[in-house]
Amino acid sequence: MTLKESPSQTAGPYVHIGCAPQTAGLEQRRMGKQLGGLMVPEGTDALTLAITVLDGEDAPVKDALIEIWQAGPDGNYTPTPAFQNWGRQGSDLSTGVALFKTLKPGRNGEHAPHILAWIVARGINLGLTTRLYFPDEDNGGDPVLGLAGARAETLIATKTDTGYAHTIRLQGANETVFFDV
Amino acid sequence: MTDAPFKPRDLSWHPPAFYQGYRSTHLRAPQQPLLQIPQTVTELTGPVFGQGDLGPLDDDLITNYAATGQTAQGSRIIVHGTLRDEDGRPVPGKLIEVWQANAGGRYRHVNDGYLAPLDDNFGGCGRCLTDTEGRYSFRTILPGPYPWPNGGNDWRPAHIHFSVFGDGFAQRLITQMYFEGDPHIALCPIVQSIPSDDAIDRLVARLDMKRTKPMDIRAYRFDIVLRGRDATVFENQLEGT
Repeated sequence: MTLKESPSQTAGPYVHIGCAPQTAGLEQRRMGKQLGGLMVPEGTDALTLAITVLDGEDAPVKDALIEIWQAGPDGNYTPTPAFQNWGRQGSDLSTGVALFKTLKPGRNGEHAPHILAWIVARGINLGLTTRLYFPDEDNGGDPVLGLAGARAETLIATKTDTGYAHTIRLQGANETVFFDV
Repeated sequence: MTDAPFKPRDLSWHPPAFYQGYRSTHLRAPQQPLLQIPQTVTELTGPVFGQGDLGPLDDDLITNYAATGQTAQGSRIIVHGTLRDEDGRPVPGKLIEVWQANAGGRYRHVNDGYLAPLDDNFGGCGRCLTDTEGRYSFRTILPGPYPWPNGGNDWRPAHIHFSVFGDGFAQRLITQMYFEGDPHIALCPIVQSIPSDDAIDRLVARLDMKRTKPMDIRAYRFDIVLRGRDATVFENQLEGT
């Protein structure tokens, strides 16, 4: 039997209700816990990753949902009590910044440490997949950065006092590289 | 088997990033083509969920936000179906999340100020895991159509948003489910951004009288398909080992 994948549709402006209820202002009342909100236990000395998505007029996209998926510090994709490899946050509804508390991924083979980011929002018809690399790592020889060529710099985060910040540009001269994987 | 790469995504089957009739895409659609990269462990893996992640009422939107003894207002429905991959294999143990407007077309969200009132007993958020045969089911109420700002007299068809996880992040999918017979389906630019009627039809749930419970609740069936595995490549890999 051969089937076709269900066609994608936009997550819309109210994606938070289903995927990040706290951002929607939705008290969960009789629902279970919010998923993806904590990658490390409370109190862990984690880095802050601040992701901002900008539209074609450089305005922050304030209704996005961002999921990240990454190796742990050991380079593996196996969750432990100390680290969940998956996280998701809504962009702040007033600033557009999505904040993650996470740990830096370890190296995995020839691939430099990286974090997959997946972005959905109103006006995005098919979820966008990209990667984020670190400015203070040896990124030479990474095959994906190699394929990105001159646009590879759109995949490199910047260092901040508390961790890293990364801007994802949906359009324009410095449009972020998005992948078909 | 789980290490076989996923089949390429048929981008011509999905809505294009830019669609003239859907205004929000104009400043948000990437203008460069997507860059093809090989699937690595990053894309072949993804988060795993279990029953311990869910609460007992998560699959029942009729009661999961309601005061004790109360239920949400609206026409009671069961939504159910099977999660398969493109090879027809059931996909068990996967998280499905849903969200929707209430019976009057209003979302419980700080950014929704539509005229229709909130329902004190309806949150609009639910989730469940597919069973060993890929089946899922939840109870909710029929969502209402609502107007939205798109430059004209635009109304969304009644719909339920679906978020689906697969084995790997390359299968991650968000879509919307519509209801058989809704005249707004043909009028909605978000739906019509999907290039073919055949593809649109895959998102239209059918009334299911077999699962409808007399004097209680109607049922709608909605099957979901995730990307399949690239069996050809897999077999070649096996031959090479």
